[in-house]
Amino acid sequence: MSVLVFIETKGKISKAAREAVTYGSKIGPTTVITYGDADAASLGSIGDNGATKVLVCRNLSEGNDQQLTKLITAAANNCGADVIIVSQDQLGKAVAPRVAASMEAGHVSGAIALPDTANGFIVKTNVFSGKAFANVSVSSSKKVISLLPNSISPESTGGNAEVEEFNTDLGSAGITVKEMKTQGEGVLLPEAELVVSAGRGLKGPENWGMVEDLANTLGAATACSRPVADIGWRPHHEHVGQTGVAIRPNLYIAAGISGAIQHLAGVNGSKTIVVINTDSEAPFFKAADYGIVGDAFEVLPKLNEAMRTFKASQN
Amino acid sequence: MKLLVCISKAPDTTSKISFTDGDTKFDENGVQYIVNPYDEWYALVRALELTEANGGTVTTITVGTAADDPTIRKALAIGATDAVRVDAEAKDPYFVAKQIAEYAKANNFDIILTGKETINYNGAQIGSMLAEMLDQPFVSLAQKLEVSGNTATLERDVPGGAEVIEVNTPFVLSAAKGMAEQRIPNMRGIMAARTKALNVIPAVETAELTSIVSYSMPAAKAECKYIDADSMTELVELLHNEAKVI
Repeated sequence: MSVLVFIETKGKISKAAREAVTYGSKIGPTTVITYGDADAASLGSIGDNGATKVLVCRNLSEGNDQQLTKLITAAANNCGADVIIVSQDQLGKAVAPRVAASMEAGHVSGAIALPDTANGFIVKTNVFSGKAFANVSVSSSKKVISLLPNSISPESTGGNAEVEEFNTDLGSAGITVKEMKTQGEGVLLPEAELVVSAGRGLKGPENWGMVEDLANTLGAATACSRPVADIGWRPHHEHVGQTGVAIRPNLYIAAGISGAIQHLAGVNGSKTIVVINTDSEAPFFKAADYGIVGDAFEVLPKLNEAMRTFKASQN
Repeated sequence: MKLLVCISKAPDTTSKISFTDGDTKFDENGVQYIVNPYDEWYALVRALELTEANGGTVTTITVGTAADDPTIRKALAIGATDAVRVDAEAKDPYFVAKQIAEYAKANNFDIILTGKETINYNGAQIGSMLAEMLDQPFVSLAQKLEVSGNTATLERDVPGGAEVIEVNTPFVLSAAKGMAEQRIPNMRGIMAARTKALNVIPAVETAELTSIVSYSMPAAKAECKYIDADSMTELVELLHNEAKVI
């Protein structure tokens, strides 16, 4: 099976992009399609994750689903791809179904494992907000898979990919972005491998310093529970849970969050969960790997101190 | 303004999730179905607010069987003008999007609203597929929507911030938290819903491209390991040596 992987290559090539390329190369010979002005050397380095060729569209600077669908579909036709892989991030969620509809391809959303091709083409995905998995069989000849971040580790093959410019008629964007409001410089939450999160137990926005201190020590992103975003202690894009962002970091540290089912729906894909709560009956402890029954105001600074000592010993 | 809102039923958020028939079917035993919260609270309610302010109609569309009618009546009770049900099992996302696209093509809506995803399948596919089938722009995960004439202004969170988007009608959007607040239907709405039109139309033939062959549950979590609040060095060691995440 021939594979096309769509990735973004703005700035540093993300871990999620390298995961998607690794995933594709395990299915078949893999071509990458991307856009923008990344230099040829950095694009060629995607070969290290198993791609043989990188197609780059230079006449598009900002990604949007309508133009990217035209680009990905044209590239898929160009390289005769049977399987198209997209990362299940905000842009991917808007693009992948659109590509699938355009190609009349079966689409698996939120894949967490490689397809099982022993008997057909079956892909495991997250359903019921992370409470169960579904095995989805794709019967169409063309297939689109959106891959959840942190489902596979990027692998290094030592290879280098051939880079080729690829241009096609992209039509119009359809939407215009009038204004970008960026907030802060920290680690972006959806891509973060380590996340420090806190809830109402912190009593007020002025107490978030200790959450940020621990996040800084770890190089982690900060997150929060829904009530905290709703009352405006923290920005909405930090809200993880059913109605906020769903994340799958390696480590999720939750301080002063009771662990309502809606919150768990956003974090139950985390590899390791640490819960800090004064209430030993907090439901979050049932979903935790490590629990500390104690006051976040005392535990967080102590944990930060222990982390700093650990980090120093690592250098 | 002529608005179409895609409505799907979903198990109540507190439902116990289990499967039957050799893990091939969702066990509906004791499950209470509700209107998918993203479809109801955000897409439908915002559509109603807009037509209340500017005039117009809100039609809901559902691909499903008669078993979906109670949730469709709920949407009518909240205030939708009328409802359409495409009479077929919702086989896969492509099938569902195709049914809605066919109906929309014949009826020229200004805006089609979906929830950002259903809480059971979490696919987030219908809005994007619909936009492609109708060759219209798509704004995913919208949290604010204002309409002036044939121009709409939307806001959404993006990683690390937020953006403001302008788009001309017709277009498709998926609605996320922030769009509107939940509305509880009142007695008058519930009475009125009984006599509102729920038009059942036949499905168009469409290939089924995907199917769920089985379900499974995550492996049970090991017992939580409790660590004393004064032993944070021990926790750090466990995260490093046992969990291997730092």
